Amino acid sequence: MEESVEKTTRKKHPWFWSSALASIILRLVLIIYFPNTLNFSSRPEVSTPVTSLRRLAEGYWLKRSSMSPYAGSMYHGSPLLLSILGPLTIDRDEGQSHLLCGLAFVIADFVTAILIRAIGQRLQGADIQSLKSLGAGRHLKISENFPTGDIASLVYLWNPLTIITCLGYSTSPIENLMIVLSLYGACKRLVPLAAFGWVMASHLSLYPVILIIPLVLLIGSGLDTPPRKLFLQEKHGDGYKKTKTGSLHLINFSWRRVVLFFLWSSAWALYVLVLCGISLKDYSGLGEMFKRTYGFILSVEDLSPNIGVLYFFAEVFDFFRDFFLIVFHINILFMVLPLAIRLHHRPCFLAFVYIAISSILKSYPSVGDSALYLGLLGLFVNALADMQFSFFLFSGYLGTLLLSPVMHNLWIWRGTGNANFYFATAMAYACFQIILVVESVSSMLNHDRALKQGTTDVAKKVCQSLKDEPGLPTPRKFSLPK
Amino acid sequence: MARCLFILIIILLLFTLHVSSEEEFTEELLFRPLPDRKVLSHFHFESKVPPTTVYGHHHRLFPKAIYQLVHKYRIKEMELSFTQGRWNYDSWGGFDPISSSNAKPPGVELWAVFDVPPDQVDTSWKNLTHTLSGLFCASINFLESSTTYSAPDWSFRSLSGNLRYGSLPREAVCTENLTPWLKLLPCRDKSGLSSLMNRPSIYSGFYHSQRLHLTSDEFDPVALHGIVLEQTLTIVIQPDALETHAAFSSSRKLQPSWSMSSLFGKTVDGKCALAKSSNVYVQLEGGLVYNMKDTWNNIEGNDGEIVQEVPYEVSPDRMMKEINSFHKDGYSILYGFSINNYHSSKPFDLGFWWKLPVTWSCVKAPLRVSRFLMGSGNEKGAIALSLQSTEWSQSLLKADNNIEKCNLRMYVDGISQSLGDIIEKMSVSPSEDKVSPGVMEMVLRLPCDMKSASLTLEFDKGFLHIDEYPPDANQGFDIPSAIISYPDFQTRLQYKLDNASIKSPMVSKMQERRTILSYTEVLLVPLTTPDFSMPYNVITITCTVFALYFGSLLNALRRRVGEEERLLKSKDKSTGKLQLLLSKMFAKLRGKPWEPPSTPPPPSSSSKFISSKVILKIILIAAIAFGWQYYDG
Repeated sequence: MEESVEKTTRKKHPWFWSSALASIILRLVLIIYFPNTLNFSSRPEVSTPVTSLRRLAEGYWLKRSSMSPYAGSMYHGSPLLLSILGPLTIDRDEGQSHLLCGLAFVIADFVTAILIRAIGQRLQGADIQSLKSLGAGRHLKISENFPTGDIASLVYLWNPLTIITCLGYSTSPIENLMIVLSLYGACKRLVPLAAFGWVMASHLSLYPVILIIPLVLLIGSGLDTPPRKLFLQEKHGDGYKKTKTGSLHLINFSWRRVVLFFLWSSAWALYVLVLCGISLKDYSGLGEMFKRTYGFILSVEDLSPNIGVLYFFAEVFDFFRDFFLIVFHINILFMVLPLAIRLHHRPCFLAFVYIAISSILKSYPSVGDSALYLGLLGLFVNALADMQFSFFLFSGYLGTLLLSPVMHNLWIWRGTGNANFYFATAMAYACFQIILVVESVSSMLNHDRALKQGTTDVAKKVCQSLKDEPGLPTPRKFSLPK
Repeated sequence: MARCLFILIIILLLFTLHVSSEEEFTEELLFRPLPDRKVLSHFHFESKVPPTTVYGHHHRLFPKAIYQLVHKYRIKEMELSFTQGRWNYDSWGGFDPISSSNAKPPGVELWAVFDVPPDQVDTSWKNLTHTLSGLFCASINFLESSTTYSAPDWSFRSLSGNLRYGSLPREAVCTENLTPWLKLLPCRDKSGLSSLMNRPSIYSGFYHSQRLHLTSDEFDPVALHGIVLEQTLTIVIQPDALETHAAFSSSRKLQPSWSMSSLFGKTVDGKCALAKSSNVYVQLEGGLVYNMKDTWNNIEGNDGEIVQEVPYEVSPDRMMKEINSFHKDGYSILYGFSINNYHSSKPFDLGFWWKLPVTWSCVKAPLRVSRFLMGSGNEKGAIALSLQSTEWSQSLLKADNNIEKCNLRMYVDGISQSLGDIIEKMSVSPSEDKVSPGVMEMVLRLPCDMKSASLTLEFDKGFLHIDEYPPDANQGFDIPSAIISYPDFQTRLQYKLDNASIKSPMVSKMQERRTILSYTEVLLVPLTTPDFSMPYNVITITCTVFALYFGSLLNALRRRVGEEERLLKSKDKSTGKLQLLLSKMFAKLRGKPWEPPSTPPPPSSSSKFISSKVILKIILIAAIAFGWQYYDG
């Protein structure tokens, strides 16, 4: 089944490889021929204190001159990244800055895109299979389904935000790669790979820790399916069921794999910590690493403006600072459980929502994080076909991202505007992101409900009647039976 | 046993008595004509207290406040200077003892060496800053914050370890700082040389620096000197030209003649009665002496003593010539005047009259160092340090101590690549936001034939919390001066003392070998500021966005449309006409087609259900309130 889908997509869309290649070539051209004219690395939207490669180079210099790389408040990343990317930052000339690093980021982007494509193909296969098993497949036309994997990976590759991040020499392509790697591993049920990706992603940027829930769900109960209740209804329901009993294997939660995942994660975590300890053993050790990376992320020490909402902390009264720090971080955690309860049958989508939320509310957000969740959004093109406000959101993203450099320039360089100009764009950007998340969640829930109603008796009749009509059988219409 | 004790006590008493009789105070004043028609006047007061073992001893001359300060914080050495104006290293000299010890960076500079264990140094420093700020009516207590002081390892002074250094470039220095400083003198400014300190003439000068230097070996096992308090005031004044009776008065090049009364508007009525010695000196630099000789040789062919050519109203008591002059062309001359014999009916007024135009130049520092800012915009920038050789450049070892402010993040990696070969030693302690300033110390060995070198440090400007900005935030932040010292160059002026019995602390200070120090400019870095007027708006707007996120997402998750519809259907039967009408109206207001099933559920429902719920809630709230009261109050 899956292979056939793959074949059809490849047959239908031979343009995938060519356009992916084109995007890579575009990046290379921009990196090689315009190394200094496109000064993205200094943009606050692109490189944050945590991901800036310039700070990494400084940390590497400090390390080479036998000081702790965390001396001074310059570097806040992982020591492993320092050992891997650090040597690439040395040989920069006047003309070509960080060429090797740029190449590394291009490769990371490409691998991420390929992995997203693989995830998409598996997701689509699972989707079609489960719909078939529900008997609703004939109502939702498979032939009109988009090849989500190709779309998602092309969205990721051609997203201007991704390209800017890649050119801006920030380490977020590598963080994104690790996140996608863990998702891919979980989709393929390659437990060690998933554990590795998760551990590395959490090590690099802390926030992917919350992805443990979707990863466990993915590993335990498999890929995204319609709600489990439907299968049960289908099985014990009235005479309409034509399901094979084989669909039950989706429902079983395999604890063995989950335990294995935890074992592998702790092994990888131990390994990473040992490596970090070795690379920092001459300095102050792991305690300082945690303080300077996770502590720096959690306590929002750097108050330079970014596209996040945490300009707030430059203004908030000192007395309330701790309170608001707790509130802002709890806000991420608060939503983890409700989302997990409501979307537990769609772990991939759950992971997308978690990534989106953490990229809105994280302390040092950059457009690289947005690029990742926008790419992942492409995976759910079919399910989210009836999402509201999509044009509004698109224009909003475009507008804020175009206005943000302008406002920054007015404030910082020209001095004709003040901080509120930039803060306003950051607020607007946060609002658009929030609307995107809320809308995608609610339309995914609507989609599930539509499936549910599509499989129930009454709705099928409605479906039949609707099928005669030329209009699109959108789930919204199912939900309001007349 | 009792006898032993008795003897011991007597000895101690004797000892203290003996010691207290040796407190000394000397006052001295040095004038030096400067090449650019200005006059340097340098007051030098020195108070000494020999080592004592009694705390809280009554002092005859030594200021008790300083004595207690030294004992409380166990200070080995300390220097505090208040400076206004910038020392002109090019025309006022940078290679003589006075310029290298009295040319100070603008504002307040304080450094201190403590005789305490290393972990207590910071505490002592903080307490010291507070005490000094009380003593001198200055905001020295701002040096308490860890972002403003640093502990240079080896460049500032060779003695390191317990040294702390801090400076406040923006501190305005005025008479309110001078008065407490004068209070430490036994005669204040009532008599003696300090009575010359006329405030308007001091503060209208080009440069003035009041300095307080303290050395103590009280805590050493073998105390020799006790506490020595050295107070100096260095002023550079442009004298109003006195009427000269020479034929060259019309010549433009003739230096302005001056006298003590024309410089300060006062004369000295006699020495301070408590001072052991009270002397006035006039120093002529080597270059000046050489050029004067030259001039007179050409004009008059007179190779006599210059003292006759430079007429004073009073004749000097003694004259000292420099021996082993560094300056090949000439030797510096120091004329001494003792004012022991003057009193109010016969005041002392020193005049200095130029007869012939002379031009000369001072001995400059080995390098001309200037520091400036580069870049535009408020996001990043660079500090450039340019070193230009003067005529004295040789192969030299130079330590550079660059103390940056807290809110700049320096990128150091670029430097090492650009000047790899001349850096001999470098130590960087990178700045940590809001914790410590960045300090960079470098030893550069420059080749002999070097004409100029420059050093560029890139930095990012940090952003601070609104509370951390100074009151006038838009003015910018000051970066304290960089300190340049030349360990290979040592300066001393050795005078042949004709009379060994006269010990002058100032002259002996000049005789000491000391490392040349010079300071660069203070830089003003403009920083971007947040909007100070909007904390409330920012908080409310941000919290609104968070509420939007939280509320709408939770609402989307919570909604179960199917159940809502069922509920509505069951309610529909019981809804009255009024509700239907209302819902129609709402629908019209919203501009949506009215759909009967989607009417909002009426607020009124079965009253019994609601009442029980309400009662439950009230009980719950009461219980919480009670618990709160019980545990909190």
